[in-house]
Amino acid sequence: MVKVFEKIGDHTLYRLEMAGRMGLFLLRCTRCVLLPPYKIPAVLQQMHFIGSRSIFVIFFTGAFTGMVLGLQGYYTLAKFGSEGLLGSAVALSLIRELGPVLAALMVIGRAGSAICAEIGIMRNSEQIDALECMAIDPCKYLMAPKFIAAILSVPLLTFIFDVVGIWGGWLVGVKLLGVNSGAYFQGMYSSVVWQDVEMGVVKSLVFGLLIVWISSARGFFLHLEREGGFGAEGVSRTTTRAVVMASVTVLIWDYLISAIMM
Amino acid sequence: MTNGEKQAVQEPEAAIELEGVVKVFGRQEVLKGIDLKIMAGKTTVIVGASGQGKSVILKHMLGLIRPDRGRVMVFGKDLAKIDKRELNALRMNFGVLFQNAALFDSMTVYDNVALPLRERTDKSEKEIADIVEGRLGLMDLQGSEDKHPAQLSGGMRKRVGLARALVLDPKVVFFDEPTTGLDAHKSNEIYRLFFETQKQLGYTAVIVSHDVPKIFKLSDYVALIADGKIQGCMSPEKFQLSDNPLIREYVETTMGPIYSSEKEEPGLYETV
Repeated sequence: MVKVFEKIGDHTLYRLEMAGRMGLFLLRCTRCVLLPPYKIPAVLQQMHFIGSRSIFVIFFTGAFTGMVLGLQGYYTLAKFGSEGLLGSAVALSLIRELGPVLAALMVIGRAGSAICAEIGIMRNSEQIDALECMAIDPCKYLMAPKFIAAILSVPLLTFIFDVVGIWGGWLVGVKLLGVNSGAYFQGMYSSVVWQDVEMGVVKSLVFGLLIVWISSARGFFLHLEREGGFGAEGVSRTTTRAVVMASVTVLIWDYLISAIMM
Repeated sequence: MTNGEKQAVQEPEAAIELEGVVKVFGRQEVLKGIDLKIMAGKTTVIVGASGQGKSVILKHMLGLIRPDRGRVMVFGKDLAKIDKRELNALRMNFGVLFQNAALFDSMTVYDNVALPLRERTDKSEKEIADIVEGRLGLMDLQGSEDKHPAQLSGGMRKRVGLARALVLDPKVVFFDEPTTGLDAHKSNEIYRLFFETQKQLGYTAVIVSHDVPKIFKLSDYVALIADGKIQGCMSPEKFQLSDNPLIREYVETTMGPIYSSEKEEPGLYETV
């Protein structure tokens, strides 16, 4: 019985320690992001990796999400004879909820996992130790450009997701199912207000920060993983955990931001 | 950091001093009270069986790990009592050759060696190019500037690592198992480069190695870590003849019982 409590206590302490470490890591990285010198070429390079290279997957996910919304929305609204509201239903769902969340989940899968694996491998092969020994702050040199790039890229990708999704809904609703094009856009213009856009922007900014924070922190503290973070298996296990943790955290924060801003 | 700041660091007789350093990982006490002095301008080799904590000692000296008890003094400064800025200023005097060289895979050889100069000095690209070319020349690496670490052999990677470690003219250079994974020829090449660069640059060297007895030829002091403690730090000659049972056991295990006397093991030399 004592052993059970011992194990629970041990596990709780480990989790608390890890949470504290990640919190301090966020503070350290935030400080590095805010203080000069700013490494613009490195930020652009990271924006290319996190942002530009995600456009393809964001485009397709956005298009098909909008098309499904158009299809489902049309048949649901048709039951009440309100097909004309399809534009506002698609736009509001995308701008307030699905755009930020699905774009963030796509970025986690594509860039978040890569960031965690990259930093984890650098930790395993002593490259991060080497930076510290050269008196180069790894948070400034490695993390700060990734943080800035993610915080800027995720909202931009969300905009793309929203716009492509709205046109996807238009394609299905107007071109395939015969909703009036004017009604589709007029419904959207009259129902979407600045507060909806604001919510989408706030969510995507927060999600960008959460993704880069969790992905890079898990990689950075790979060597402190209890189950052993070393070797290829350790990197793969930690990357999987980072993806799961980032996805769940994004969904939790999605609810919290919605509850606060509604 | 400016040259003025760098010169302000006074080197006492002992460049690095560990006093009663204790380190526990989980439930395992790896270091149980390490007392060790690294003398300035000399070469100290730390030997010991695998898993005894040799690299952990090195990481304490570099300020990468903090001791649970005891203190680590570098150039007279207690690493636990200085802030990040002071620690970075001290690290400007360090060069490290990691076990696997720890080169940045995404960068070329040139960029790897140039990185400390670009990040930590105000030198122009022209000055950086001159220094990097000089260091690569010293390591016989001309023509490899545009290669990536993955395109290099193990020996070449170590040489690039050594070039990077020496690029800021460090006062202390740490070598973590510099010849592990290299054949005898490549090992000798690394030792030759170490010998030549130390003669030229006059740095203090701390080497963690398994390469006994070859490494003794290059060392001024040899320290054995066993049972979580330094069993002795002395000249290689004294080390090989030490009465300490753990040192004696280590010497015999790694070099064979060639130092036992005829009296202790009668008939041994007749059969060899």
